[in-house]
Amino acid sequence: MDGIHDMGGMHGFGKVEPEPNEPVFHADWEARCLALTRAMGATGAWTIDESRASIEALPPEVYLSSSYYRKWALGLEKRVVQHDLAGADELAAGHALRPGTALKRKLTLADVPDSLTRGSFGRTPQAPARFKPGDRVRTKNIHPPTHTRLPRYARGRVGVVEAIRGCHVFPDTVAIGAGENPQWLYTLLFDGRELWGEAADPTLTVSIEAFEPYLEAA
Amino acid sequence: MTRDHDHHDDHHEHGSELSEMQLRVRALETVLAEKGYIDPAALDAMIEAYETKIGPHNGARVVAKAWADPAFKRALLEDATKAVRMLGLINRVGDHLIAVENTPKLHNMIVCTLCSCYPWEVLGLPPVWYKSAPYRSRAVNDPRGVLADFGVTLPQDTQIRVWDSTAETRFIVLPMRPPGTEGWSEDRLATLVTRDSMIGTGLPNPPGETA
Repeated sequence: MDGIHDMGGMHGFGKVEPEPNEPVFHADWEARCLALTRAMGATGAWTIDESRASIEALPPEVYLSSSYYRKWALGLEKRVVQHDLAGADELAAGHALRPGTALKRKLTLADVPDSLTRGSFGRTPQAPARFKPGDRVRTKNIHPPTHTRLPRYARGRVGVVEAIRGCHVFPDTVAIGAGENPQWLYTLLFDGRELWGEAADPTLTVSIEAFEPYLEAA
Repeated sequence: MTRDHDHHDDHHEHGSELSEMQLRVRALETVLAEKGYIDPAALDAMIEAYETKIGPHNGARVVAKAWADPAFKRALLEDATKAVRMLGLINRVGDHLIAVENTPKLHNMIVCTLCSCYPWEVLGLPPVWYKSAPYRSRAVNDPRGVLADFGVTLPQDTQIRVWDSTAETRFIVLPMRPPGTEGWSEDRLATLVTRDSMIGTGLPNPPGETA
């Protein structure tokens, strides 16, 4: 999706403003929102890719004017309703008005230590890797209206495969419920000038983590 | 009420989101708990872990060990997931962690232009600036400008490599060991390792500036 979330290379957002001695959370609700999101993710009702897609699909003006955890909360509300886990009427009432449905798992206190470790997205390959380190490849010029992890600034550009990172769940399909469809993942390195033109910082190189379906031989 | 709305300063904006979000997130949690989907006690434990156990002190131990122990450094650069697991941090480390080494000729910087991907297990939750539009937009085309925002200037001929975390691989920068730290213990070295130095927007503290 060519959304507002795809920010690489945009101008006009101003300076980066680090906050000295920044707290882990700026309010209690942020902490609850993070934990709620993780606990609901652990139920298996949706994938992390679907979660990202739901946040990307927030209206651009909402995305830009909301704090990070507000975006998380809005995305979670949306997924809960879309998956019929709760109704908008219940969220508005602040209480369940009907019984819940059965979910695959429930995160208990005993599960918490393991839940702090990121899941593994490596999967058995469906075919040998098409590219190898050193290969010159071009990213495809794709503009799917659905979730993708190929950023706009790196589409239709020639780079060099630096490393093969294994075979992983493919976000573009799993996010729309079309299966894990495992794909080879590569670190793809671009010269700054390939991405930004002659005015680019001559000392700059940028890499993305690119799934094989994003690439073609150059 | 209307007077407040006529005076939108930062404080009011923040305050209105705060109360709106407190109510909204409380409603969401109540509904999901009453439906039986979540256990609020598990949420409490998770929050406590993120506030107390998981943070950049873990990454600092990794970096300090790599500075002090060449065999560990090799293992870290070869397979960071495996090497960091051997350290036995309080929390386990997930798959696909990659350590990238700064040298006198090369400076690495980590970003996630699409969302907020970050190596939680070794650095904790990302700071607000890492998730902000200014950082995500500029890191990939103006890393020296971003470094200037952090008060960091690199030599003009230093190569700058920006890693955009667009998949489930996660990156941690292994910064250069500050001079003047020969013979230091790992614990003492770890006090020099800042969070930002492991993202690539900062450098480790020089030895004079630590307690």
